[in-house]
Amino acid sequence: MDYFAQQLINGLVLGSIYGLIAIGYTMVYGIVGMINFAHGDIFMIGGFIALISFLVLVSLGLTAIPLILLIVLLVSMAITALYGWTIERIAYRPLRHSFRLAPMLSAIGMSFVLTNFSQVSQGARVKPVPPIITGGYTLHEGPEGFAVQLSNIQIMVVLATVVVLALFTWLVSRTRLGRDMRACEQDQTMAALLGVDVDRTISMTFVIGAALAAVAGMMYLLYYGLVDFFMGFVAGIKAFTAAVLGGIGSLPGAMLGGLAIGLIETFWSAYFSVEYKDVAAFSILIVVLIFMPTGLLGRPEVEKV
Amino acid sequence: MSATSARPSHAAQPSGSAFIVKKALISALVALVLFSLMIGVRTEAGPQGGLIYWTRFGDLAALVGTVFGGSIIVELLRQWWGPVDKDSIVPKPVQSAISFAGRWLAPALLVFAVLVPVIFYDQRYILDLSILVLTYVMLGWGLNVVVGLAGLLDLGYVAFYAVGAYSYALLATNFGLSFWVCLPLAGILAAFWGVLLGFPVLRLRGDYLAIVTLAFGEIIRLVIINWQSLTGGPNGVSGIPRPTMFGIPLDNSDNGLAARLGIEFSPTHRLVFLFYLILAMALLTNWVTIRLRRLPIGRAWEALREDEVACRALGINTTTTKLTAFATGAMFGGFAGAFFATRQGFISPESFTFQESALVLAIVVLGGMGSQLGVALSALAMIGGFELFRGFDQYRMLVFGIAMVLLMIWRPRGLIGHRAPTVYLERNQSISSDLVKEGHG
Repeated sequence: MDYFAQQLINGLVLGSIYGLIAIGYTMVYGIVGMINFAHGDIFMIGGFIALISFLVLVSLGLTAIPLILLIVLLVSMAITALYGWTIERIAYRPLRHSFRLAPMLSAIGMSFVLTNFSQVSQGARVKPVPPIITGGYTLHEGPEGFAVQLSNIQIMVVLATVVVLALFTWLVSRTRLGRDMRACEQDQTMAALLGVDVDRTISMTFVIGAALAAVAGMMYLLYYGLVDFFMGFVAGIKAFTAAVLGGIGSLPGAMLGGLAIGLIETFWSAYFSVEYKDVAAFSILIVVLIFMPTGLLGRPEVEKV
Repeated sequence: MSATSARPSHAAQPSGSAFIVKKALISALVALVLFSLMIGVRTEAGPQGGLIYWTRFGDLAALVGTVFGGSIIVELLRQWWGPVDKDSIVPKPVQSAISFAGRWLAPALLVFAVLVPVIFYDQRYILDLSILVLTYVMLGWGLNVVVGLAGLLDLGYVAFYAVGAYSYALLATNFGLSFWVCLPLAGILAAFWGVLLGFPVLRLRGDYLAIVTLAFGEIIRLVIINWQSLTGGPNGVSGIPRPTMFGIPLDNSDNGLAARLGIEFSPTHRLVFLFYLILAMALLTNWVTIRLRRLPIGRAWEALREDEVACRALGINTTTTKLTAFATGAMFGGFAGAFFATRQGFISPESFTFQESALVLAIVVLGGMGSQLGVALSALAMIGGFELFRGFDQYRMLVFGIAMVLLMIWRPRGLIGHRAPTVYLERNQSISSDLVKEGHG
């Protein structure tokens, strides 16, 4: 039971990270109707920028950890968001009315560019960081000496996710920009006729998605204590799986799917085999698409001729 | 046409030099922010295990300067070139010259391909490279059945390549079966996996299909890595037997080909043999594809690509149509995989990453989906282009990615050819089917 509780905590933390990435996929898919293949690499870039800005800030002599973390968060969100904006501008916007495969392939190309850009610019080796947030609580001491631990960093990841999600939900449901986004999702031509700047709204979608991915990247860095140039690929596919599982296009669904994937992966590693955890996650994608292609919270797509 | 009418008009765009400089400045500023940390600061694990960093402001400045200059050049080119949408008028003589070249290009290429081992007999490097190019031509033609003809986006094609390679490698090393027995087996096994993948994805379309095939490719690779007792895991399978010329080995033993013919042994013999082997396999792929296109099943694939709903309304069984497309494409992938295994003599999961799938897909799409000649030419261009970067391994995939994005923007429908249906009405309809979004038109 203790073991189960521990895995539940670990799974929820991992799921929060996946959920944050998945929102970026689901938003872009909802509005533009394409899989932003480079989104996983945006997450990786976010992790790298968090790492570098952290190093620079520490060497500049800052010592207050909360202040450093806040600055790192803002810097990495801002710069990663600019990456999202630039990629949309360069690689996707010219192809928006092209045939279906074109943006997808452009996105795959962009994913290669980002992966190899960070490999070339930062080297291929894994970058470890010492634990920044330490300490934690022991929730329950089991009879066999197995203790359920809840570390501070786990609390922080979940808290940050909740705060970011609350902000994001407010943005989508209460602000002008959120209304524009929802309008564009339903009908771009009609939205344009009613005075919504479609280009700007789509740009902002990418910016927000990238900023959320940056939060996920920073949390990943703090939680696992390492980044490398290849981490975006697998994390990206899993987050996409999460988005599909939750019903693509649905924002709460993405978060729910992220948590589900995180839990499944953790429990699979804990009770079956660590080696096949990715196989399990990918198999779930296939199984979900066979039995409920609309996902948990998605709307069925009406096929019109 | 409703999709294109939403596009803002570019006619009113300013074009003065102030505008160009302003645009370039904005680009440079964006580049400065983007690269500030990623290029300006280099991190590395230090000697004590902690991270150290050093700054590279020179590189950063150079890169931002390049973006500034490049942006000016691009903008000037764009104004000189005129709007992208405008169809440029090609003069009559040039048009006829192009069509003449187009008619004779394929036979000329074929003759050249046959003559390659004769012309470059002494140049081992060129022979090796042409074998590689032909392997990708074959993979491209195989994937073309799935993507170009049936219109099913497959991002996990490398899985079938891997199935073929491992089938041959394991059958040959464990049971001592010869290449010629294993080749059809590899094809059959890969086709079987194609059907297996086909079943779950039958109901999916477009992007979902792409992502499921991608997941499938990854699953195959992960299983190969982790099933160590069978596949040797990350260490791969080594000592895969070389192919024999119908039982006659191509080595310098007493019963080798050279000894039997009474000529001096040279390792080039095997290369030449491998070259003609892959050439024959690729041509077989091409021939089968061309023949299939004329059969009802080929027509059904093309109909499926153009409009799935209409296809079903006309009574075409989309299930079998999709499954045969997957199986046929996978079979050719399996053949190519078996060839790859016998050529290398060693295979490991590293050869079957997503990058390979993307490379083959890029070859098919840039070749103009559905065009056999286009696929061959783009395989030549891609693999040749890759070779140019042999010395700069690090930058190879970076340049590949940039090229993929730029080519997509420049020619989204491929460099050569386009996907024209084999049969069509004499009179053109007012709206081309290309312009109608699938399922939403």
